[in-house]
Amino acid sequence: MPAHSLPSLSTQITSDLCIKCNICASACPVAAAADRFPGPKAVGPQAQRFRHPRLPSPDKSLDYCSGCGVCSLVCPHGVQIAEMNAIARAEIFKRDGLPLRNWALGRSELLGKVGSLFWPLSNVPFKIKPLRVVIEKVMGIDARARFPDFSRGTFRAWFKRSAAAKRTMGARKVAYFHGCASNYYEPRIAQAAIEVFERNQIKVALPEQNCCGLPMQSNGDFESARVYARNNIRKLARWVREGYDIVGASTSCTLAIKHEYHAVLGIDDPALELVATNTYDIFEYLAMLDDEGLLNTRFVKRAETVVYHAPCQQRTHGFGRPAADFMRRFGFAVIESKADCCGVAGTYGLKKEKYDIAVAVGQPLFQQIADENPNRVVCDSETCRWWIEAHTGKKAVHPIEVMAEAYRGRRQ
Amino acid sequence: MKLSTEILILGGGATGLGAAWDAALRGFKTVLLEKGDLAHGTSGRYHGLLHSGGRYVLRDPQSARECAAENALLRRLMPSCIEDTGGLFVTAPADPADYADQFFAACKTCAVPVIETSPAEALQREPLLNPKITRAFRVEDASCDSFDALHLLARAVRAANGEVMLRHRVTQIIRSGNRIVGVTGENLVTGESFTIYADIVLNCAGAWAGRIAAMAGCEVKVTPGKGLMIAMNSRLVNTVINRCKPPSDGDIIVPVGTVSVIGTTDTAVPNPDKYAIEDWEVELLMAEGEQIIPSFRQHRALRAWAGVRPLYEDTKKEEQKDSRLMSRAHALLDHESRDGVAGMLSMVGGKFTTFRRMAQLLVDTACAKLGAERKCLTKDTLIDSPDAKLHTVSKRLASLESNKWHVASSTAQPPSHQIICECELVTRAQIESHLRESGSPILNDLRRDLRLGMGPCQAGFCAYRAVGIIHETLQLAPPISNSQLLQFLQERWKGERPVMWGHSLRSLEFDLHIYRNLLGVDTLPVEREIEVYPTEQTS
Ligand SMILES: Cc1cc2nc3c(=O)[nH]c(=O)nc-3n(C[C@H](O)[C@H](O)[C@H](O)COP(=O)(O)OP(=O)(O)OC[C@H]3O[C@@H](n4cnc5c(N)ncnc54)[C@H](O)[C@@H]3O)c2cc1C
Ligand code: SF4
Ligand code: SF4
Repeated sequence: MPAHSLPSLSTQITSDLCIKCNICASACPVAAAADRFPGPKAVGPQAQRFRHPRLPSPDKSLDYCSGCGVCSLVCPHGVQIAEMNAIARAEIFKRDGLPLRNWALGRSELLGKVGSLFWPLSNVPFKIKPLRVVIEKVMGIDARARFPDFSRGTFRAWFKRSAAAKRTMGARKVAYFHGCASNYYEPRIAQAAIEVFERNQIKVALPEQNCCGLPMQSNGDFESARVYARNNIRKLARWVREGYDIVGASTSCTLAIKHEYHAVLGIDDPALELVATNTYDIFEYLAMLDDEGLLNTRFVKRAETVVYHAPCQQRTHGFGRPAADFMRRFGFAVIESKADCCGVAGTYGLKKEKYDIAVAVGQPLFQQIADENPNRVVCDSETCRWWIEAHTGKKAVHPIEVMAEAYRGRRQ
Repeated sequence: MKLSTEILILGGGATGLGAAWDAALRGFKTVLLEKGDLAHGTSGRYHGLLHSGGRYVLRDPQSARECAAENALLRRLMPSCIEDTGGLFVTAPADPADYADQFFAACKTCAVPVIETSPAEALQREPLLNPKITRAFRVEDASCDSFDALHLLARAVRAANGEVMLRHRVTQIIRSGNRIVGVTGENLVTGESFTIYADIVLNCAGAWAGRIAAMAGCEVKVTPGKGLMIAMNSRLVNTVINRCKPPSDGDIIVPVGTVSVIGTTDTAVPNPDKYAIEDWEVELLMAEGEQIIPSFRQHRALRAWAGVRPLYEDTKKEEQKDSRLMSRAHALLDHESRDGVAGMLSMVGGKFTTFRRMAQLLVDTACAKLGAERKCLTKDTLIDSPDAKLHTVSKRLASLESNKWHVASSTAQPPSHQIICECELVTRAQIESHLRESGSPILNDLRRDLRLGMGPCQAGFCAYRAVGIIHETLQLAPPISNSQLLQFLQERWKGERPVMWGHSLRSLEFDLHIYRNLLGVDTLPVEREIEVYPTEQTS
């Protein structure tokens, strides 16, 4: 497989590349929705020149950046704005202390472990209104924000039980990175991925792994995120050395490994280089197989209209939107979302002071979905799907589920 | 206009303002004349380093001692324009290995505070440093914004009842027999001429001091020495980095404000107002930069400029009576004993860092000449307000932030909080208050005083905004405002030309499109008269 490479310039130094053209400022969905956010150019390359590595950055307004990455994507000059913001924010928390809320929202793996242990009771607290009001007061997690349900069993437990997962013995080998969401909340997505690999004679292994660390990173807790990242690098490198490709369906997890470990967390070691350059988002991987004529394309065609929202993290990967093309090949009418971001940006929209901003950011997407009125919405990122479901009442699925259906010839 | 004073100072650089402050504090009636704005000369174009003394420990121990003492003193007297960056002397692979030990020993002898640290620690502090450095020493270097410093000084002079007259060019020196009694010149704003009589004239005209002396009929041979500097777009280092080797070209990088500046060179030029920036000089600095920071060329160079040192040639050495008063770095010339012309002293050369001491020496001598012994007070008088703190790079970002939070979430931002210069974070309120104070339509004055237009886009976005505010506030005729804009842009572009490659070239292309193609500046009606204001030194 062709490997991608890590950038050589350090993130902060890319502020040198800014020519102040304002393209990022006009694309940032948060700046358009929130007056108190000065926008990517201002909090990114502009403020960067006023930051001192040994002194705290004074610009707290930076925290309104959702980290959606739209700015970095549109900047024609290669300024890593979103990454720069994440680093500066972490510095502020390092000095001021991490709010309890940010600590908690970063701990998706811990939450998942506890949640599945106490299933189904664990699903109750998030639905008790008065409790949520208390949580909002104490922690600043908006009482209106909806949390997903823990699943009955984890994906890892299913994988160990499942014969299907083990019988495929192709020459191509994938070590599957499921992420927290698929393991604790939506095993069906990882199961669909396994099914698709199986249909393509790809041998799948389930490596030991941790949360990718992105929730901690975007909540400003770099130290913990680095611990997770280093664990993952160590655990995954083994598999890469044995000829496995690392593939995941959670597009933000794979992005973290491919890009953010280096560009944001500043990890710089040969093992990361090895892992990062051999990690793929699942649709990036399938599209490559397809290009090489190696993909099983015996899809059962079926007509359905869906709205496809390529989440911001998926866009940052920079491999186009193969999921949309595939769905068209399944016979679908695919309406692509016009919005750059649904608003939630991981855990951003769950925060009290940001909830309304996140809803405002998502409004164009919600409106488009309401206008098109599809049966289902398709989206690669878990937090986006949950947010879209909460704000449109539509079912939102991962494109890999749709692909598994296309092989199977029926909806689940 | 005619007036008379006790002490008349020529030149509004660090030396002149320091002398005016000192003289005024001693209770002399004091007037200072400067042909341009504050910091118009070398003081506004220097490297920005408040020397620890380390650089001079081997070559000029007296300068080293003076720098160390003044550095410590100035941090207390005018903290708001000084950033405590600290300094490092590092031995790069190309540097003579035996210098480091000599350097360390000499620092001790000269009372220059120094601590040897490990290359690893130096690298941890400054990650972009050359990993191949073999020795590293920490010293007390600091960076000092001369625009801020001179403003503070001018304010202090005025507070002590001295007068600072800007845009007053001296054209003649009035002699009565063998005694200088005053000067005449031209007010460059009004075109009026002026005459000022004085008991004693202090010539602090820096690289122009030879010309002033010539007006008095004294020969002072001052050869202007051009020193080139290149500002890099960001703070590649947050500590002053010196090469640990005998002083030479391009051996210091100073983080000052939002940029880092590499310098300098030293080339004799015939005219302090006119010199070119040569490709080889730029190349030399970039190459030396790579010795300190291997990735130097990958970073964005913002602009190149030069300052001129007065290289004083002592043509009448044998006649100088009191050479004890002089360190090798600056020369105090008593024209009475030297040339037989009474009533004038000249101070040539020296360093920004030691301006206070030089001023003390000069005014002490003036006191003696005037037969009025008065004690120097500058050592114990704050130039800053008592609650002032040392400068930090994030200061502007912090003050902007505090403004912003008051605005809360209302869409209509009060216009005074609008950011006009986005690179250096200059607000509309700052510009308006500056205009009310100075009344000057010159964009370059805003640049010197507020740093407007000094950041990465080099006025690409702020010049047209600022000129609009000037136009509105000062109620100018359109051609005058247009001329101001054009003059400013030309000056900015001139500084960009020598480093026009890569990132800077891309940015400049964009700015050119804004001004030429979008705003059509080439077709604006302009007012040539405006040229009466002295322009920047052309390069
Ligand atoms: C390239 C370079 C880098 C340097 N770096 C450092 C450094 O890092 N640290 C340090 O301590 N020192 C440094 N120096 C030295 C320092 O800059 C100077 O010693 C100091 O600024 C000199 O100040 P001054 O007041 O004597 O001269 P200037 O600042 O040049 O002032 C002289 C003034 O006289 C005015 N004038 C001239 N003719 C007339 C006239 N006819 N009528 C009225 N006014 C007139 C001029 O406009 C000018 O403003 C550097 C010098 C150079 C050249
Ligand atoms: S898009 Fe890039 S170059 Fe343009 S203003 Fe934003 S950061 Fe700067
Ligand atoms: S990451 Fe998103 S919210 Fe943050 S500045 Fe960039 S575009 Fe705006």
